[in-house]
Amino acid sequence: MGHSLHLTVDGQEHTLVVDSRTTLLDALRDRLGVMSAKKGCDHGQCGACTVLVDGRRLNSCLALALTHDGAEVTTADGLAPEGELSTLHRAFLAHDAFQCGYCTPGQVCSAAGMLAEAADDAPSVVTDDLEGPVELSEEEIRERMSGNLCRCGAYVNIVAAVSRAAEESR
Amino acid sequence: MNPFDYERAADAAGAVTIVTDRPEAVFLAGGTNLVDHLKLGVAEPDLVVDINRLELTEVKALDDGGLRIGAMVRNSDAAADPRIRRDYPMLSRALLSGASGQLRNAATMGGNLLQRTRCVYFQDTTTPCNKREPGSGCSAIGGYTRYHAILGASADCVATHPSDMAVALTALDATVVVLGATGERRIPVTELHRLPGDRPDQDTVLEHGELITALELPPPRPGASTYRKIRDRASYAFALVSVAARVDVDTAGPAPVIREAAIALGGVAHKPWRAHAAETVLRGAEPNQETFLAAADAELEAAEPLDGNHFKVQMTRGTISTVLAELTAASATTSESTTEDTHE
Ligand SMILES: Cc1cc2nc3c(=O)[nH]c(=O)nc-3n(C[C@H](O)[C@H](O)[C@H](O)COP(=O)(O)OP(=O)(O)OC[C@H]3O[C@@H](n4cnc5c(N)ncnc54)[C@H](O)[C@@H]3O)c2cc1C
Ligand code: SF4
Ligand code: FES
Ligand code: FES
Repeated sequence: MGHSLHLTVDGQEHTLVVDSRTTLLDALRDRLGVMSAKKGCDHGQCGACTVLVDGRRLNSCLALALTHDGAEVTTADGLAPEGELSTLHRAFLAHDAFQCGYCTPGQVCSAAGMLAEAADDAPSVVTDDLEGPVELSEEEIRERMSGNLCRCGAYVNIVAAVSRAAEESR
Repeated sequence: MNPFDYERAADAAGAVTIVTDRPEAVFLAGGTNLVDHLKLGVAEPDLVVDINRLELTEVKALDDGGLRIGAMVRNSDAAADPRIRRDYPMLSRALLSGASGQLRNAATMGGNLLQRTRCVYFQDTTTPCNKREPGSGCSAIGGYTRYHAILGASADCVATHPSDMAVALTALDATVVVLGATGERRIPVTELHRLPGDRPDQDTVLEHGELITALELPPPRPGASTYRKIRDRASYAFALVSVAARVDVDTAGPAPVIREAAIALGGVAHKPWRAHAAETVLRGAEPNQETFLAAADAELEAAEPLDGNHFKVQMTRGTISTVLAELTAASATTSESTTEDTHE
């Protein structure tokens, strides 16, 4: 059965009719041709499908599209409007934080979400003082990025890239 | 995925009515467990009732000094709530130890409590499983049991409850507020989940159509508390064993004495396991290694490990005693009325 769905994706408005089973990831890729978000595991286990929904990072493979009717979705593409690379994108390039690049759009979106969360002083499980300010140590970055798996194993450079972006955006 | 109808509920009472009237309908919250099950064929509802627009998103102080957390508060928001961080650090830490940043942004308090077991056979519809299909058998018994129960299991099911948050709520004596077709009822979280017995398909005591609307925490209690999770990787993995504990030590007398202890275990049973036997040993005892191990042993006396998880008995024993040693030391050095948190 078809349901009408309205989404703003990377600044572009779309209205489409979807089957109730459509996930946000499938709506983006199969219906809107937005290929930046990747499908890895399709079960919430790899983070390749991470996008920002109304500013917060989510796994789009486990989100029903209809739940997010009216939402503003940002993919790694949208973080680099008009071909301008963001601080994060440049840091990923500078640190060679990818090999095949399949996980990269998810890593970039997750990093953007995570930097915002840390800027709000949201604690993580490795934060010593739950009530104190958040310092983005390597340990903190690793923990906060742990929902994104890189099969090529470029973890070290991803942490370095996020660390650089955190410093630059301070 | 089987086709299903979709409806967006406008209010809690409406959501309850719609689901109550349709035997195969389900609530959808963050979807991080349910959508996975729709894909795997573990859940085959004919109607999905989306409760994401319900206004159950408030964290509110209660008159008695406790806290009420709406069922639709996201796990990340609850973990970051200043009052939860200050007064119930054990809950904050338990939430933060679960899943990933992305998943916690979507996962809700109600959904986290009602997430289903991660038993691999339960999730694999090609294998027999009494929880998924009553009477079909249990593939775990004699199979891969690293993540399975050592306490309270039955011959019909040996699965464990996967939630970290629920373990902390159990040690905190939280109450689950539930709305049903005939009104509201309040269930102590310790009585929400069931042991498998011969009905492993029924995870909880909830009736079809009952909606969790909130969780209520009693006023913060004195002592030191923590949540400790032992897992196969440093992050993004379910617990093999976890311990939520609060200990209050009385240092007024000649020797310190444990005034009060609350302990719950995760990863060991079909439900978050309240360790009453261990608590009884601790109450009034001197805080030393002998006491801690005696408390763990009292709880684990009933343990019946499976072929693949004997190690969990030792792991649970060690984790309980380590956590107790840390907490009694921390509690003894803090003033009596403050709630102090220590962690890994
Ligand atoms: C890769 C991965 C790793 C994870 N790791 C962990 C971990 O380490 N620790 C941990 O604790 N969890 C972990 N999780 C589980 C995650 O925490 C749960 O999926 C999540 O908390 C479920 O919440 P939800 O709101 O998304 O629920 P949903 O998926 O929307 O719903 C789950 C169930 O609850 C029912 N439901 C939801 N809300 C209500 C309500 N208010 N009233 C009545 N019924 C309701 C639904 O009908 C459904 O049956 C992991 C999940 C994934 C995918
Ligand atoms: S342990 Fe329980 S959930 Fe797992 S296969 Fe056996 S019956 Fe199913
Ligand atoms: S594709 Fe969504 S987490 Fe792997
Ligand atoms: S660069 Fe290939 S998966 Fe990460």
